[in-house]
Parts: sequence; C-alpha cells; structure tokens
Amino acid sequence: MSTAAILHPTTTNSVRIYRKEARYEFVKLLRTRSFSLATIGFPVMFYVLFGIVNKHSYEGGVHIAKYMLAGYACFGLIGSALFGIGVGLSSDLAAGWLELKRSSPMPVAAYLFAKCAAAVAFGLIIVSILTLIGISFGDVHLSPSELFKMLGLTIVGSICFASMGLLIALLVPANAAPGIINLIYLPMSYLSGLWVPIQFMPRWLQHFAPVLPTYHLSQLMLSIFHYGDSMSLITHWNALIGFTLLMLGISSLIFHRKEQNA
Amino acid sequence: MPLTATAYETEIQPTAGPRIEHRQPVATLTGVTKRYGSALALDRLNLSLRPGEIVALLGPNGAGKSTAIKLLLGLSSPTSGSVRVFGSDPRNAATRTRVGAMLQVSRITEMIKVREHLDLFRSYYPRPLPVSDIVRIAQLQGIEDRLFGQLSGGQKQRVLFALALCGNPDLIFLDEPTVGMDIEARRGLWAEIRVLSALGKTVLLTTHYLEEADALADRIIVINKGRVISEGTPAEIKRSSGGRRIRCHTALSHELLQSLPTVTSVESSGEATIVTAIHAEKVVREMLLRDETLSGLEIASPALEDAFLALTKT
Repeated sequence: MSTAAILHPTTTNSVRIYRKEARYEFVKLLRTRSFSLATIGFPVMFYVLFGIVNKHSYEGGVHIAKYMLAGYACFGLIGSALFGIGVGLSSDLAAGWLELKRSSPMPVAAYLFAKCAAAVAFGLIIVSILTLIGISFGDVHLSPSELFKMLGLTIVGSICFASMGLLIALLVPANAAPGIINLIYLPMSYLSGLWVPIQFMPRWLQHFAPVLPTYHLSQLMLSIFHYGDSMSLITHWNALIGFTLLMLGISSLIFHRKEQNA
Repeated sequence: MPLTATAYETEIQPTAGPRIEHRQPVATLTGVTKRYGSALALDRLNLSLRPGEIVALLGPNGAGKSTAIKLLLGLSSPTSGSVRVFGSDPRNAATRTRVGAMLQVSRITEMIKVREHLDLFRSYYPRPLPVSDIVRIAQLQGIEDRLFGQLSGGQKQRVLFALALCGNPDLIFLDEPTVGMDIEARRGLWAEIRVLSALGKTVLLTTHYLEEADALADRIIVINKGRVISEGTPAEIKRSSGGRRIRCHTALSHELLQSLPTVTSVESSGEATIVTAIHAEKVVREMLLRDETLSGLEIASPALEDAFLALTKT
C-alpha cells in the first residue's frame, strides 16, 4: 500500500479501495443478523443434531462424525456464498446503490472482490466453528495437514459458489432472491449428500449427485479424509472448475447485455 | 449556518484555487438521442453547463431528466450524439474523480454507519474532502455513528448528499435532492447547495419542486419528451409563459384590449377583466389613459408553476 502511495501520490490508492470495500462488506454481513446468524447457525445446528450424535458410529472404517464434518462444512460455505452474494448484490442492483457506486471512480472489480472476499471470510469462519465443534464434542481427529487442506478448499469452494451467487443476483429480482436461492440450495445440498451420507439415500436419488457442483465439492472435501468415492479427483476438480467458468461466463454475458441496454 | 459556510470557504481555498478552463463548458450533451427499444427518451437534446452555475432541469415525469443525468455520469451511452464532461468521456476514471452524484436510491447499505459510508466513499477519490467538512456541510453532526438504516428520511437524503461531496468534486449532479425532507431541512440543503456554487462548483439538479428551481437555479432548462422546450433564468421562464397578469375593473372592450401591444390574452373573471401582457407597464398606461373609471388594479407575475404548466402542456 505504501509503495503505491509513493508512486502515485495524487491518484487513488486502489489497494486501499479494495481493502476498505472488503472490510465494510464483511462488517455489513456480520451486522445483518438475519444473514450471519442463519448462515452460521444452520450448519452448526445440523452438524450437532446429525453429526455429533454419531460420534461413536463407524461404518466400514468411516467415522460418521468426521464424514459429516466434510458435508456440513460444504453446506455452510455454499450457503454463505450464495446468500451473501446472491441476495446482497441483487438488492444493491434493485435499490440503485450499485449504480451510485458506479458513478464514482470505484472500480467495479473492487466491488466484486469485496463480495467474494466476504464470502470467503464467512466460509472460513463457518468451517472453523464446525471443525472446533467436531474436535471438541465429536471425537473427530484431524491432522494439521487435513485442517490446512480443509481451509484451503473452503476458500476455493467459496469462490466457486460466489460465481453462482453472482449469476443468481443478475437473473433474479431482489425480493425473490432469498426464495429462489433456498429452492436451489436446499435440494442440491440434500441430493449431494451434504446432510445425510449419500450411500444412505435411496438408490434412484443417488443418480442426481454427479451432475451437481455441490457433490463434486463435497467429494473433494471428503477425499481429504480419504472418504471419497471411486471417481478420480481430476474429474471432481474439472467439474467444479467447469461449473465456475460457466457461471462466470453467463454472468459476464448478462452483465454486458444489461450494460448495453442501460 | 453562515459561520459554517465561511469556515468551509477558507479551508477549501487551496484546492479550489487554480481553475484553468474558466469559460469552457464543464459538461455538454450535443445532439444526444437516447432510445430504449422503441421508446425515445431523449430527442436530439443539447445541454451545456458553465462553470460555477446552478442549473435546474425541470420536466414532468418521463421527460428524460434522469436519462440526461445518467448519460452525463457515464452510466449509459447515447444512441447518437456526444457526451463530454471536462472535455472527455464521462466513463473515464479520471473524469469521475471530478464528479459527484446524488441519485434517487431507494435503499443503501443499512448496516453501515454514516461515518463508515463516508470513509469508504472518500477512499475512491484522490483528493477527498476532510470528513469534518463533509459532516458540517451536509449537517450530519450527531448522527455520524448511527447506522444508515436507523436514520429518518431527511437524514438519509443528507447522507446521500454527503456522499456526492466526498471527492471534493467540481461538478455535482443532484437528482431530486430534497425528496422526503421537511421545509426546514430543505431550506438548509438549499443554503449548502448555494455554498457549493459560491466555491466555483457546478451543480445540475433535477427537481419536482418548482419553488426549489426558482430559489436555487441561475438557469432553468425545461425539458419535455426528451427535448429542451425552454431555457433561461427563472425570471425569463416566467415571462415566456405570456407575461404578467393585469387584473382590474374596466369598461374597455375585450377587442380593444386585445389590440394593445404585447397583450397575449384577455378574459373575464366575474366582474373583473384579466389581461396578460409581456410589457405590462405600457399596457396599463394605455388602459388608464383610455378608461378614467378603471379601478381595482392589480399586477402580478405568474408563479413559476404556471409558466411550467404552460410550457409543458401538450
């Protein structure tokens, strides 16, 4: 930051804009109780109800409480990314707030960066809380490298689903956004085995999983504990990256079309 | 309030000092047409803002006022014609650092404090106004640490006004700035807008309150259906509605009154006769000469509202 200030003493310090924009986005989400309590509270509650109670259950070498930690970690980080960006951005658009910001010299990238950074931060908070609960009350043992990989994947996953939140915000009117997101998020989480391990579900329901991005993220998370399915990791990574690029591509098309009609 | 104004003026002097392009227009729309699908929002509109003036853009709903402001802010581009702000494209980041805007925003981030909103907006600009100056000008004393969502309608408008000032801009757009404010708050904001103008800042405002345009503007531009239909000082706009109104009891016939120079209309209102004339003094002199019984004489300027209605009537 100081270097930039020295090099361009009279121009705006863009590092500072990105930093402040991200900080206030995070503060806003934290203060918006309906967001922060729900996105942290639901995964924690579900994990305690379905994961911690299974602290002594083992299923063919799989510790259920640890298995479900991966599922609810994904469930939590996806929720914060979809709601934080999907609802936040669509209401900024509808209220004209984004338009006012865009008439200022603020780079649009700083705005998008801030939304994404806040989603990542919330994802990390949620996953850390779940992990702490699992270790303290669920008999879950994690090696430092497992924990490190989990947090890394949380960052990646938050960015992937932030791109989906972006597309939803551009497509859906602000007042319908929360409903639409729940309509996508909840069934998708269930069908991907984030709530209940997928092998416990009826066979015909299991067929949906491989077409859902949530499934591929959860399998990557499970593979950290060596609980993954028979599909190769490359396939999961390709699916997740392809999904993200698709979301970003469609978003950019819609954004430019809106721009032209403005 | 005058104290605030003086203090502010002295503090701001160094930055407001060198003004090179003094006679150049600050912003122009030249032959601008803007279509939304088949709807024509602006129709070969010409508009030019000179440094330091307050211009009011008046027009009924759908006249194209907000479209004009969006074009000047670079938020949309014209179908044809050119938009220049400080001699360049309004979408340039460098141009945007010299412009401030208060738009009609239904809701801004509510869980952020007033002080935090100012801090964030100030960071967008290379030479922002000090927070203390912004707070003083927009009269935000005492509410800096409140969340935006907790403010009253008038206070929210003042925060939006403050955001327009954050970058210490040379050109300020105010879209319906006093909506939701009570009379006292509105007059307070008028005084602050005048301070900005006195500092050499150019202000373009749109308003539904004709009183506001009359009280503030150096120049009023009346637009309707995307075209400028009248332009001038508030006094000129009033005159263009057909002149002043002479009301009296007279024995003179309507035909004779109609034939007097500059008379635009003659009508009866009960016992009285109402003559509208551009040079009211000359007409009155003539009427008094011809009718010694003339009584109950009153001469009135039309309200800006009447002028406005006359101009935008279709």
